[in-house]
Amino acid sequence: MKQIADDVAVRDKKTLGFWIYLMTDCVLFAALFATFAVLHTSTFGGPTGAKLFDLPFVLIETMILLTSSFTIGLAVLGSARGFKKQTLIWLVITFALGAAFLTLELTEFSHLVADGNGWDRSAFLSSFFTLVGTHGLHIAIGLLWLIVMIIRLWRFNFKQSDLNRLALFGLFWHFLDIVWIFIFSIVYLIGGMS
Amino acid sequence: MFSNLSQIIFGRLTPSDFVHDPIMAGAGYAMIAALVLVIIGLTYFKKWKWLWRTWITSLDPKKIGVMYIIVAVIMLLRGLADALLLRTQQATDGSAGILTSDHFQQIFSAHGTIMIFFVAMGIIFGIFNLIIPTQIGSRDVAFPFLNSVSFWLFAAGMILINAPLIVGEFSTAGWLAYPPLSELQYSPGVGVDYWIWSLQIAGIGSLLSGINFFVTIIKMRAPGMKLMMMPIFVWSALASTTLIMFAFPILTATLGMLSLDRLLGMHFFTSGAGGNPMLYINLIWAWGHPEVYILVLPAFGIFSEVVATFSGKKLFGYKSMVVALAAITFLSFTVWLHHFFTMGAGADVNTFFGIMTMVIAIPTGVKVFNWIFTMYRGRVRFTTPMLWFMGFIVTFTLGGLAGVLMSVPPADFQFHNSLFLVAHFHTMIVGGVLFGAFAGFAYWFPKFTGFTLNERLGRYAFWLWIVGFLLAFIPLYILGFMGATRRLDHYDPSLGWQGLFIVAGVGVLIICAGVGLQILQLIVSIVKRNENRVGNDPWNGRTLEWSIASPPQEYNYTVIPTVTHRDEFWEMKRRHHVVKPEYTDIWLPKNTGAGVIVGLFALIFGAAIIWHIIWLVIVGLVGVIITLIIRLTNDETEEKLTAAEVAKRELKRQIA
Repeated sequence: MKQIADDVAVRDKKTLGFWIYLMTDCVLFAALFATFAVLHTSTFGGPTGAKLFDLPFVLIETMILLTSSFTIGLAVLGSARGFKKQTLIWLVITFALGAAFLTLELTEFSHLVADGNGWDRSAFLSSFFTLVGTHGLHIAIGLLWLIVMIIRLWRFNFKQSDLNRLALFGLFWHFLDIVWIFIFSIVYLIGGMS
Repeated sequence: MFSNLSQIIFGRLTPSDFVHDPIMAGAGYAMIAALVLVIIGLTYFKKWKWLWRTWITSLDPKKIGVMYIIVAVIMLLRGLADALLLRTQQATDGSAGILTSDHFQQIFSAHGTIMIFFVAMGIIFGIFNLIIPTQIGSRDVAFPFLNSVSFWLFAAGMILINAPLIVGEFSTAGWLAYPPLSELQYSPGVGVDYWIWSLQIAGIGSLLSGINFFVTIIKMRAPGMKLMMMPIFVWSALASTTLIMFAFPILTATLGMLSLDRLLGMHFFTSGAGGNPMLYINLIWAWGHPEVYILVLPAFGIFSEVVATFSGKKLFGYKSMVVALAAITFLSFTVWLHHFFTMGAGADVNTFFGIMTMVIAIPTGVKVFNWIFTMYRGRVRFTTPMLWFMGFIVTFTLGGLAGVLMSVPPADFQFHNSLFLVAHFHTMIVGGVLFGAFAGFAYWFPKFTGFTLNERLGRYAFWLWIVGFLLAFIPLYILGFMGATRRLDHYDPSLGWQGLFIVAGVGVLIICAGVGLQILQLIVSIVKRNENRVGNDPWNGRTLEWSIASPPQEYNYTVIPTVTHRDEFWEMKRRHHVVKPEYTDIWLPKNTGAGVIVGLFALIFGAAIIWHIIWLVIVGLVGVIITLIIRLTNDETEEKLTAAEVAKRELKRQIA
């Protein structure tokens, strides 16, 4: 095995690199938010956000995602203290919450499309679907990552390298949560009032 | 029934897409023929295994860097051929009918895109790979596998942008594909899709590379090397990668939105349904303006190293250079609107961006003076890299002054979209980035090969280049004042422009002769390499890369140095400091084919989405995901080179 000091250096590099990746993702979302801000009034005679958004429904989505951010936090803390069983349970719960969130989001999308308010209706809806959908795509990637990690943690009995990956995943999941809070406030609350 | 089936299997690809006019077909077949020749050669000399083991699967940044530069050089020749066609068309005022207007548009779109994304970016990343680890006293980059993925994504984008020569057509919407022209309504073919996906795939590679080198510089410097002790090239790379991290996500988002418009019928930038084409132009330049600094800052870094070494002095004003780099990094995000003063944002907005543009000339001016003061009272050796540097100072100052002229909004209404602008940015990018690359190539070539380039041929090439360059672009400044706009495939002979266009064409021919001499220089230097063998430090260098073997070992440094000064190697030589070799175990990344496989699936994905072949899109995506999962869950990615083995290799090298 390599020396311990080397492993710490490697983990440091990966953590910094991952933080920077998250920041670049933040810039990507910023571009999409800016686009939404420019286009949210361009409804082209179609429905506005106030007409389309079902705020109580979105609040449920939000609560589910916020809870999943809490459970991933518990999983990461548990793994650091060596509580293997609890970690796995919290990870599975996180996965379930993430999947529930994604299902609700897709339900919302399919209702909109079925009512003739799809992404090709107006520039406003294009920017809405793209911004919220990009977040959803990140959640989907996160879920895939989560599956791979649960299987590995269980099969390889909490190897150090997998624990490091779990810590990075925690960052990723919290980041998506923060982005969602902005989506909830800007797209649904502000956009839903205009 | 049949047409339905063929649509499922082949998307919108039909046999007629393979039919091209003679010029394109000629270029396409020549490319295929060259590829076939290479394949036959590799098979005949039984070099496949060698190619796979030492190059394609290598994670050694020096190997990856060389591959970047090879791709960039091939693309430079392609872009130059495009330029030659454009100049020929305009020198004959379009009446000779060499190119149809459609083909002419494809060529200028391809010329711009290829030169920026696949020549300039390729050179920059090639040099980052070669120089950053060696200059900071590191054995590797922060993420070797990511580096390989970045390169193969770049290569996949390169293949996609050349594919229209054989199948389909390229975009006719210019190098930045402004909507609504680039929307489905006005460009229904595959051209714009080729443009989008080539850049999207290569762009993601660039973003990953940017993150990689940023972390490398922050985390992997030799012990003792504080930030203010870093060689100035590393500072310029740090600034450039910072810009990449902030700018490239905007490009990804913007290209994504344009392609959603085209694929799913969204309305971001369409002229109907509330779309806003001006939004695209804002977004693309919010990436595009920083992009020019991403390219030119590393060139500034190269020149700083070259001028200090060949003047035999330390760089004048190191701290002010760093401050200037930081200032340019910040300011480059505050000037994007000067690319479209004529869009009608109003006097206040135009004034703000006009002033910011003038302000950015200040740190750039500081750098020019610093370089000149570095030469002052130095013992200047006029080697080829130094010639490129002097050529750069002249052309860059000229082009920069032209830029300041254009930063005045009312004046810009006159210059906008004229050949004056075309002349300006060619002066900056050719005279800045390309000359920088040539200087860096000649300067660092002996470090990575063990022999120098032929000086005499290099000198001839330089003089042909600089004369050709001035002849090619000074007429464009004049033509711009005479009212010639860019991208004209024909014009009225009575305007009296033809004489100047002919001069510009002659200029490009002279540049071509210069490029020919550079190729000859490379061949002659390699053939006669035994006459030009040099040691580790041929130029009396100042920075750490000159302290290691030429060519460097795979692990760069047998013993990682401890840094106590700026220009550490210069200090070592002054102090007659000899590092006592105490060998330790070295961990090196194992070779992996995963990078090239990811690139291959990305290529499949790109080609499939361009031609709307849905099943193949899925194959490409799933391929990328599975390859990444397999690779990223692998914990055995490094192998140990024991201290004894390192000592043996060192001994062998010293005997040889």
